[in-house]
Amino acid sequence: MTPDLSRLMTEIGRREFLGAGTAGLAGSVALRSLLADDSAAAIPPAGDSGIAPADPLAEKKPHFAPRAKQLIYLHMVGAPSQLELFDHKPVLSQYDGQPCPAELLEGQRFAFLKANPTLMGPRFGFSQHGESGASLSELLPHLARQADDLAIVRSLKTEEFNHGPAQVFMMTGFGRQGRPSLGSWLTYGLGSPSRNLPAFVVLVTGKQPGGGSSLWGSGFLPSVYQGVQFRTKGEPVLFVTNPRGIDPPARRRMLDDLGALNRLQLEQTGDPEIATRIASYELAYRMQTAVPDLMDVSGEPKHIQELYGIESGKPGFASNCLLARRLIERGVRCVQLYDQGWDHHGNIATSLPKKCREIDQPVAALLQDLKQRGLLKDTLVVWGGEFGRTPMLQGSAGPKAGRDHHKDAFTVWMAGGGVRPGQTIGRTDELGYHIVEDAVHVNDFHATLLQLMGLEHTRLTWRYQGRDFRLTDVGGNVVRKLLG
Amino acid sequence: MDSGCHFAFAADSPGAGSRRRRNMMLVLLSLCGSGLLQQAVADDRPPAAQSAAGKPAEAQSAALFKEQIYPLLLRKCAACHGEESQEGRLRLDARSTTLAGGISGPAVVTGKPEASLLYQRILGDGDLDRMPLDEEPLTAAQIEVVRRWIELGAVWPRDIGPEVTAPRKHWAFIPPKQPAVPEVKQTSWPHNRIDHFLLARMEQAGMAPSPRAGREQLIRRASLHLTGLPPSLAEIDDFLSDDQPGAFARVVDRLLASPRYGERWAVPWLDAARYADSNGYQRDGRREAWPWRDWVVAALNADMPFDQFTIEQIAGDLLPGATLLQRVATGFHRNTMANVEAGTDPEEEHVLAILDRVNTTGTVWLGLSLECASCHNHKYDPISQREYYRLYAFFSGTEKEIETNGTERDFIGPKLQVPLSREQQQQRDHLQAELKQKQAERTRLLATLDEQQRNWEQNLQLPGERMARVFRRGDFLNPGEAVRPGTPAVLPPFPAEAPATRLGLARWLVDPANPLVARVIVNRQWAALFGQGLVRTPEDFGIQGERPTHPELLDWLAVDFVRSGWCLKRLHRQMVLSAAWQQSSRITPELRKQDPTNRLLARMQRLRLPAELVRDHVLAVSGLLSQRMEGPPVFPYQPDGVWNHIGRASNLWPASTGTEKWRRGLYVNWRRTVPYPSFVNFDAPTREQCTVQRSQSSTPLQALTLMNDPAYMEAAVALAARLLNELPAEASDADRVQQGFRLATGRQPSAVEMRILVNRVQVERTEYAEDPQRAELLVKDFPVTGGHAPLALAPWVHVASVLLNLDETITRN
Repeated sequence: MTPDLSRLMTEIGRREFLGAGTAGLAGSVALRSLLADDSAAAIPPAGDSGIAPADPLAEKKPHFAPRAKQLIYLHMVGAPSQLELFDHKPVLSQYDGQPCPAELLEGQRFAFLKANPTLMGPRFGFSQHGESGASLSELLPHLARQADDLAIVRSLKTEEFNHGPAQVFMMTGFGRQGRPSLGSWLTYGLGSPSRNLPAFVVLVTGKQPGGGSSLWGSGFLPSVYQGVQFRTKGEPVLFVTNPRGIDPPARRRMLDDLGALNRLQLEQTGDPEIATRIASYELAYRMQTAVPDLMDVSGEPKHIQELYGIESGKPGFASNCLLARRLIERGVRCVQLYDQGWDHHGNIATSLPKKCREIDQPVAALLQDLKQRGLLKDTLVVWGGEFGRTPMLQGSAGPKAGRDHHKDAFTVWMAGGGVRPGQTIGRTDELGYHIVEDAVHVNDFHATLLQLMGLEHTRLTWRYQGRDFRLTDVGGNVVRKLLG
Repeated sequence: MDSGCHFAFAADSPGAGSRRRRNMMLVLLSLCGSGLLQQAVADDRPPAAQSAAGKPAEAQSAALFKEQIYPLLLRKCAACHGEESQEGRLRLDARSTTLAGGISGPAVVTGKPEASLLYQRILGDGDLDRMPLDEEPLTAAQIEVVRRWIELGAVWPRDIGPEVTAPRKHWAFIPPKQPAVPEVKQTSWPHNRIDHFLLARMEQAGMAPSPRAGREQLIRRASLHLTGLPPSLAEIDDFLSDDQPGAFARVVDRLLASPRYGERWAVPWLDAARYADSNGYQRDGRREAWPWRDWVVAALNADMPFDQFTIEQIAGDLLPGATLLQRVATGFHRNTMANVEAGTDPEEEHVLAILDRVNTTGTVWLGLSLECASCHNHKYDPISQREYYRLYAFFSGTEKEIETNGTERDFIGPKLQVPLSREQQQQRDHLQAELKQKQAERTRLLATLDEQQRNWEQNLQLPGERMARVFRRGDFLNPGEAVRPGTPAVLPPFPAEAPATRLGLARWLVDPANPLVARVIVNRQWAALFGQGLVRTPEDFGIQGERPTHPELLDWLAVDFVRSGWCLKRLHRQMVLSAAWQQSSRITPELRKQDPTNRLLARMQRLRLPAELVRDHVLAVSGLLSQRMEGPPVFPYQPDGVWNHIGRASNLWPASTGTEKWRRGLYVNWRRTVPYPSFVNFDAPTREQCTVQRSQSSTPLQALTLMNDPAYMEAAVALAARLLNELPAEASDADRVQQGFRLATGRQPSAVEMRILVNRVQVERTEYAEDPQRAELLVKDFPVTGGHAPLALAPWVHVASVLLNLDETITRN
């Protein structure tokens, strides 16, 4: 046997080569002539090219010691009412049914409200919880038990008041598509600890959010930093499943051949891109095992499934919360959960409790579960929507009333990952209309998230069209009160 | 020294609060302390008012300048407004440039501090950012000295500071002149002038070009670059056996004449034009914009001169006697997104659309990021906010994009009814042919067609003069000064006699005097063919952009492009026939060391195919590709549930049947919020906004797509069937492997490659024989088996899939 051939054997596996190959080999005239060609190169063994694959997702050093290493961002698509959930306004109750003071309406734009809207008091009760005495709605009984883990920000404000643009603003710091998303900035800045799952994973419950894939897009950053949507119906990751008729051993054989052939090409051309591609096939192969393993929650004990309130086998927000924990456990840098259905222009009295029932228990369980596994200290959990809702009612007064979009004041909360827990910051006026204390612009909020993750927001930049862009655009002040 | 006037003035000055009055006191102390007013330096102006101290005000001003102002300007301002950098086109270390001012106007109004921008900006009054930007503000004392200096006459003695008359002009704003072609030592290498420029640079750096690529590689490279499709085996063989001179040029000319050329070159233009088949945002409903896409393909195939290509797309509707096709061409700027979610304001959407038109025009034609200037004067480039809105004014006066009945919103256009009858189609085809001939004839024919179209036509431009307001801080609810259409002062003037319309703008863009357009366009063609532009920031030719690697070559090409009639095919031919483009792409260790990012182009760049062409290539190799052109978008295989939107827009993916599903990627339906998954995985943009450079990545999702996407599996099955069909039954495994390898890579396999694959087919044959059901499953879903039995086909499907996944297969070597 020629030295070439022996090396080839190690490469493609002795069993296969001796098993079926030789007879056919000898039978081919064309091949005989090729075999006689002494100049033919041997297959370079794996890892022998001297050219390292470029890995844009290699872990990078943060700017300073991070408080949080991973992020779970829970986005309630449609914008939940802060006035029913976090920002209790007893005075608003007193004015229930009365016309909104004209000075509040001056110069304001609304998506739907017409002239002379009336105020509407909170439709649900509030009470104090935990040692911190956080004021929380009766609609969030499970979360109330984690009250001391939360840092509630009642004074967020944004610049967009329609869903699509506001979601894009919330996720990219800019009201139009084209900028990199929060998760993309994070993976660009920090790389990925996971070697067999994407760095940035997105799970959507219900319909697609209006901002579209730009919410997890990489904008002008290289596309390797874009979020990968995991689906809960059909294949979890598009095309992760082998075609029928290609079993795992067959896939492995295919990859071995591909690797060998690509390495030959690498040796021929010296192009490091080929090394990167070879590595990407190996990562794909690992993903083919890692993804089903991630998605298969049957191994989770019953009490855990019950903790999250998962109805067995049913995909939904609860099971996505459990998946979020599993993704964090596996080293995924950024996990985003979107939950559709919070746009309560009407029927807030019936629709909001229903939505809260869907998310309250799983979100609380996620915090609890992360905590009991020691993951919460390194994982920043964020909950919020794209804007808030107006103190004025929309539609007709009575059981069918709802609230319009409100960009000037809304609530988000954070937990874990170096956040100072057990506090509520920011205050709105008595009607919950304007912020009167500790206003936090979306840019400030982003600056704070990056700070918690060990990144200085003015230093996390990418030059595009002559400008060093950043997530916080030209704004952003870290909200120090939120740092633990 | 009497300081009374200071106090008097300060007390009178409008808006001066107690803070400023306190400042006065501080200044007073510092002035007294320095005693500098005694050291007046005479300027060449006639003496004017005397101050109460008996000194001419000018003398005081001059003294202040020398002692305090000039050092202050150098220390605090010159970093951004000095010799090296002139942000806002303002240079503050020299007399004349300071007096002339920057894009916002003169910096100083003599005697009137409150009216002087210099003073306003250090105060940070009003809407404008305080200067120095992002630095500590000037102290109250320093501010007061500036105020005082201006008030006393703003005297800048001529002997202070460098003598410069204008800020240095950024290279890209100076019109290109065609430079002399440089001499080279290795005279045998150059094929054309491009090579002279490149080789001269290499020789300077002590480098030599790479050898010419092999012929198999060359024809594949040319085919993939020029048409986006691989050469057929017969085409390869013809080229290999053509030993007459000019063989490669003949291949190139054949490719340039192929209708596939327009389909391939449309792709980057569609990115630039943010073309999609949907509106974007929440509902992301269907939009019928594809006639414009077909117009682009036809125009590129007809080699429409780029100046005309520009004029028709920006203002086709305004051309005298505009034809239907010319109106269709204006679809370029109707590709803006439209948010029809309940609650949007049609006026705001309209403003956003126009802003996008201005920004896109800036990026696509001028290579400038105008967007910055929508909220404030551009920080780096000499574009003022006012100038931005003068450009905006050209695009104003068009119909709104969405309408509302109070509760629901709909995308309404502006729309153009395009007849699709067979008759019309034939006329269009006919026209395309005519386009290739004479201009005059073309115009006449279009006019004839135009006659027939009048019934469908609709005025796209509303009557009335075009005006715009400067939106303060970019907020359309905060309109300021009204402006007329106009172009930035740093660029050649807008002709006085030209109409202040989009048509005037379009003609101004492609006027040979424009320093940017030809360079920007040539650069993008270069980037497409060489992998990187001569300017490596194709989206930014401004001050922050990269300098060209070969400035003379860029200018030479730009001038040549315009002189020869803005002909893209000629330009592509020129580039492809250069010796540089035909170099081997091998990266030797020396080259990697000497020039790791290939700035000097001493080798060719290996380039992965763009997303759509990955698809086209696989379909071509497998023999499935449909060559049908034009028409509504197609819906090839896509997994269920990818479309999952709210609202009235359908989530039904109406899967194409028959050969429609095998049409080129260019024709695949493009929904902005969820573009076709395999395209997303291969770095396609969302087309939500203008893109002139795609990123290039190698990711596991790409691997998964090529291995498992049923569309690609189907191609593997078809390729397997092709290998069984096209070779005689008695052909050996090696013969078939050889054929497959050539189809996929365009070259003969090496001995080792051959052994690996022949071994593979034989091993898989045994494997499948042991488990025939697996073979059945493999091919069951794909009715492209050519009637071959699963067991015969399966091992070849396996090999075909390997071939289609090779790095080389999806790469232009």
